[in-house]
Amino acid sequence: MPYRLGVDVGGTFTDVLLIDENSGGTWRAKTASTPADQSVGVLHGIDKVCAAAGVDRTEVANVLHGSTVATNAILEGTGAIVGLVTTEGFRQVLQIARSFVPGGLAGWIIWPKPEPLAALENTVEVAGRIGSDGSVVRELDEDAARAALRKLKANGVQALAVSLINAFANDIHEQRIAELAREELPGIEVSVSSVVLPEMREYERALTTVANGYVQPQVARYITSLSDKLRADGVPAELFILRSDGGLTAADAAIAAPVSMLLSGPAGGVAGAVWVAEQAGYTELLTFDMGGTSTDVALVQGGKARIGRQTTVADLTVRASAVDVRSVGAGGGSIAHVPELTKALRVGPRSAGAEPGPAAYGKGGTEPTVTDANVVLGYLPTTLAGGEITLQQDAARAAVQTIADAMGLASAEAAAAGIVDIVNENMLGGLRLVSVQQGFDPRDFALVAFGGAGPLHANALGRLTGAWPVIVPPSPGVLCALGDATTSARNESARTVLRKLGDLQPDDFRSIFRELAAATSKGLIEQGVPAERQSTSYAADVRFVGQGNELQVTFDASLLDAGDALAQLANRFDAEHQRLFSFTLSVDHELVNARATVTGDRPNVAPIRLEAGDGDPAAARLGGTRIYVDGEFVQAALYDRLKLRAGDVISGPAVVIEMDSTTLVLPGHAATTDPSGSLLIRPVNHLGD
Amino acid sequence: MARIIAPNAAPVGRVEVDPVTLDLVENSLRNARYEMDEVLFRTALSPGIREQHDEFPLIADPSGKMVVGQFGLSIPDFLDGFDGDIGQDDILLTSDPYACGAAISHANDWLVVMPIFFEHRLVGWASMFGHMSDVGGKTPSSMPTDAKTIYEEGVVIPPFRLYTGGAVNEDALRIILNQVRVPDWNRADLNGLVAAVRTASRRVQEMCARFGVETYLSALEALLQRNYDAMKSLLHIVFEEGRTLSFTDYICDDGVGYGPYELKLSLTRTGEKVHLDFTGSSPQAIGPVNYYLNENLARMFFGIYMITVADPQILWNDGFYPLVDVTIPDGSYWKPRHPAALNARNHGIGRVFDLFGGLLGQTNPALLNAAGFSSSPHFMYSGTYSSGNRAGEWFQLYSIGFGGIPGRPLGDGPDGHSLWPSFVNIPCEFLESYYPLRIEKWETVADTGGAGLHRGGNGVDVAYLFLEPGTIAIHDDRWLTYPWGVNGGEPGARGRKWIDHGDGKREVLPSKCHDVRVAPGDVLHFVTWGGGGWGDPLERDPELVALEVRRGLVTAAGARRYGVVLTEQGLVDGGATESLRAQLRSGRPSPLPVFDMGPGLDEILARCEEETGLPAPIAPVWT
Repeated sequence: MPYRLGVDVGGTFTDVLLIDENSGGTWRAKTASTPADQSVGVLHGIDKVCAAAGVDRTEVANVLHGSTVATNAILEGTGAIVGLVTTEGFRQVLQIARSFVPGGLAGWIIWPKPEPLAALENTVEVAGRIGSDGSVVRELDEDAARAALRKLKANGVQALAVSLINAFANDIHEQRIAELAREELPGIEVSVSSVVLPEMREYERALTTVANGYVQPQVARYITSLSDKLRADGVPAELFILRSDGGLTAADAAIAAPVSMLLSGPAGGVAGAVWVAEQAGYTELLTFDMGGTSTDVALVQGGKARIGRQTTVADLTVRASAVDVRSVGAGGGSIAHVPELTKALRVGPRSAGAEPGPAAYGKGGTEPTVTDANVVLGYLPTTLAGGEITLQQDAARAAVQTIADAMGLASAEAAAAGIVDIVNENMLGGLRLVSVQQGFDPRDFALVAFGGAGPLHANALGRLTGAWPVIVPPSPGVLCALGDATTSARNESARTVLRKLGDLQPDDFRSIFRELAAATSKGLIEQGVPAERQSTSYAADVRFVGQGNELQVTFDASLLDAGDALAQLANRFDAEHQRLFSFTLSVDHELVNARATVTGDRPNVAPIRLEAGDGDPAAARLGGTRIYVDGEFVQAALYDRLKLRAGDVISGPAVVIEMDSTTLVLPGHAATTDPSGSLLIRPVNHLGD
Repeated sequence: MARIIAPNAAPVGRVEVDPVTLDLVENSLRNARYEMDEVLFRTALSPGIREQHDEFPLIADPSGKMVVGQFGLSIPDFLDGFDGDIGQDDILLTSDPYACGAAISHANDWLVVMPIFFEHRLVGWASMFGHMSDVGGKTPSSMPTDAKTIYEEGVVIPPFRLYTGGAVNEDALRIILNQVRVPDWNRADLNGLVAAVRTASRRVQEMCARFGVETYLSALEALLQRNYDAMKSLLHIVFEEGRTLSFTDYICDDGVGYGPYELKLSLTRTGEKVHLDFTGSSPQAIGPVNYYLNENLARMFFGIYMITVADPQILWNDGFYPLVDVTIPDGSYWKPRHPAALNARNHGIGRVFDLFGGLLGQTNPALLNAAGFSSSPHFMYSGTYSSGNRAGEWFQLYSIGFGGIPGRPLGDGPDGHSLWPSFVNIPCEFLESYYPLRIEKWETVADTGGAGLHRGGNGVDVAYLFLEPGTIAIHDDRWLTYPWGVNGGEPGARGRKWIDHGDGKREVLPSKCHDVRVAPGDVLHFVTWGGGGWGDPLERDPELVALEVRRGLVTAAGARRYGVVLTEQGLVDGGATESLRAQLRSGRPSPLPVFDMGPGLDEILARCEEETGLPAPIAPVWT
């Protein structure tokens, strides 16, 4: 059974990608998403793509799925009613929320504080105390704990989270409360902090545990329903879910730890970007996914996305490993405005969203958006998304003209160019966060642009960052489904150590990591990945003794085996500290957390190979169009992307259209069609690079 | 007066900057400023900066005018106080408020200033200061609550070149670090400050390369002008010509038995300018609560309240300063004479925001917030481990606490949150892992937020159980005067501190004390003030009041302040609520006063000992 199915469910469309593992042949289907029960759309898409490929459903071995069910529960506030059990004296841990108020000096005046994910009336305390060294300071009062759990039951909680002080050091009370909960609240899932996040810092741990409980019932319902329907529909495939860190996990494991799939969608995009860029020969990447309301950026080194320790969705930031994707509130729907007082041009963070959408959509929007600016500049052809949306140029122009009037600019084009420049600058800010601010020079990377709007702004961002080539993947709108289908199974474990390197014996150090690795590997075996198809990597969160933040040092078994393992670790940390902050300190190091990641082998998916051309894209040419660029109107060539052959070179200014996206090639730049289907844009004087 | 050594001093022509480029420069500057924060947070060792983010960055134009930052410090005043040459790659350091015109306001703040050069031309300044958790002196954390001179407050560093042409002055650094209790902290934090200003310098150089020096410098001028123009029209809209607004608030005491200190601020607009006048404020304090206020900082605080409302995305800068005249009387609380003690000026910084809020809110009560920016509570605990594997090791905790945020036009004040930007509390588990203490309770105190249509945030009770003998220090205020309510809202509760000793005795502590001995088993309750309420509490939805009772944020008794009566099951008793509200309405003035400061000062002082367990302070006098 040589077929793999990648499935990505977006807000509007469900993308399904079928891959023949032997030939690398792919078939795509796009169907309307079914928000009430996403599995309906998924099944419909599978039917559609199998029919198109002439493949029997029984031949599909794996369904690999990036799911936004958990994300949407957070964004829409539709998660479960969570009960929270805390240590006596700490009932308000989520209410106090580390006392943090975002914004500047007067920020508190305008900050609407979000309600805690577990309401205070559904938070109970239990007597019993663990010390920071793991000792039991006071025994758990089991009778009181039962009474507290009964109160939560009476309150009608739908999920339970248990997060006690110092549980990262000793989980005995948490485990006992979980047992009591299974007796007192049968049928209700329990999220336990020492399992979900066995790390120091009570607020972050409690919040992450509660978030897990909050999304769990919906995720469980959805995944179970999808598995059942697949089986009923005659698809024998194993279902895997893409986690935020870009690894695949079995359906059961995803249900147990849904907080680890909050960024499943963006992780799929990054995974897809990595795959297509590798086909074109690039492994050092900045990825740039521009949608309607926001842009997600990430940095990829050696074909691996950098993994961060935090996951942020809207107001919520939890401690769960995720591809280090930074989101900037800048997208095609971002609204431009000019404050009366300062006459500055601002773009975003407000967005017109899908409803009413940009003025050009003709659905009642009148405020000028980035999409409207692109229409005014002539960058967007009049139909989008395969003809489903027709753009209204007059409405776009009228909207953008309001900016020209407010700023006293000569023309709507000048205002539109300003809007595009500002939004590009905002997105550059995001790219700088993952590159320059992490000590990486963007000029050492290629820029992969995708999402509906990414390829339109990609060339300009290449110019701003110096990241060449700019890679525009084939079908940039369905890259997530491709990522889902081409990534590997993965399992990760971590524990808090909190020991100075100077106090640690090399053998202790080794056994900490080896025990972690063994447990992690076992988890993956249970998901059907045998040990011989696994590889293990390690990471240590290290800091100078006394610092508040750690740097992650990744290493493989060879460091662990080395006689001077601890010294090597310290040296690697020092080098990273020097690179990021330009100095090191002479104090000892502290090992804060130990991590092990076990990855299954890469699926065998053959790449696309375009038919070779002669370098001349004339056969793909659709005609010409007038665009406004660098302060003047110029004539640009218009191309049909599907007709391009390998080696065809498109000289800017040019606009390349395809079903779900539009690519702009600026004057002085050229796009080469890679045999793998991607367009590689470079400045004309860099073409030889 | 400093001499700038810049090989390329040829004047730079000014060019027209198109509005989009201007916005690009503005964005890039904003990014650079946040990058400075990030570099320091992630590298600092001392708890005050590392965990709590007590630091402030700034980027200035070549003349020293701030173009981005949020807690303006005055580079021109700093340069006035430095007698020497400043060249490329030099970095200057000071901690002496008296030598830099109060660019910083106590000796715990170490201020680093770096000129930025591009092609051998001075194109700007980067600077940053951070609160060092210890700078030596007579008590751990260097904030003695009984200090009467700055000489008691640790090492006071005059402005000097820490780096000359990129080379560090090791001798000077060694002398400085020899004065402090935990030199590793200071060294790391200083490294972080230096790395941050160098980062800013690189970013500015990149902007000069990208846009051209002419364009960059012209853009800075345009950004300053943008603030000037915005403020000019705002002043005209907001303030009536010739009408003087005044507001008075108080610092409760000065740590050595004097108080309350009256803080008075008046504002008058004449033509296009306003005059901020601190005349009428109390004389300088005998104890260390003086807040030596730089005139430009006063302008800055004023501007924050004005411009944030109009265009929150704008970059703060000094451009509007010529529109604001400031008078601060010599020898007053705001401008004490050398060598007055300054370490505990944090109450004054908090109160200055209440003062501006109360003053400017009078022009539009719908935009008025209640009081709550009342202090910056500090707690310190230090000693030497007596046993275990750390026996003989020194420990020193420095932490900042938070009270209740006031009721706001937007809604309730968050409970136990920070009014300072980017400050966070230190997690319990972190404290217990690194210090010999256990935290038995960390929660907000029901009913401490002032009642109002929008409730004031509750204050916080943190109960520290000590596991090793040592000493503690406390800095707080609002124990005597109340965080006022507005537009019918009631005042918040005052803060309290006490120790429950292992032998069952309770010892009430003043809001400012240090070197207080504690023994294992003693429990300190550090209770902060609640925020004032906003709007008429009788208008608050009774169901919301009942929900907050179930949440433990308001008690059933406290609900009666909202005129809400609950049944035994905790549900709203509609009939009883209606009649209680009618009864309360009939017994109060109409319209409700804009400000409710609680009982009068005489009454507060008369009842001080009975209500707080502490003697009433003695009124300060001008001498």
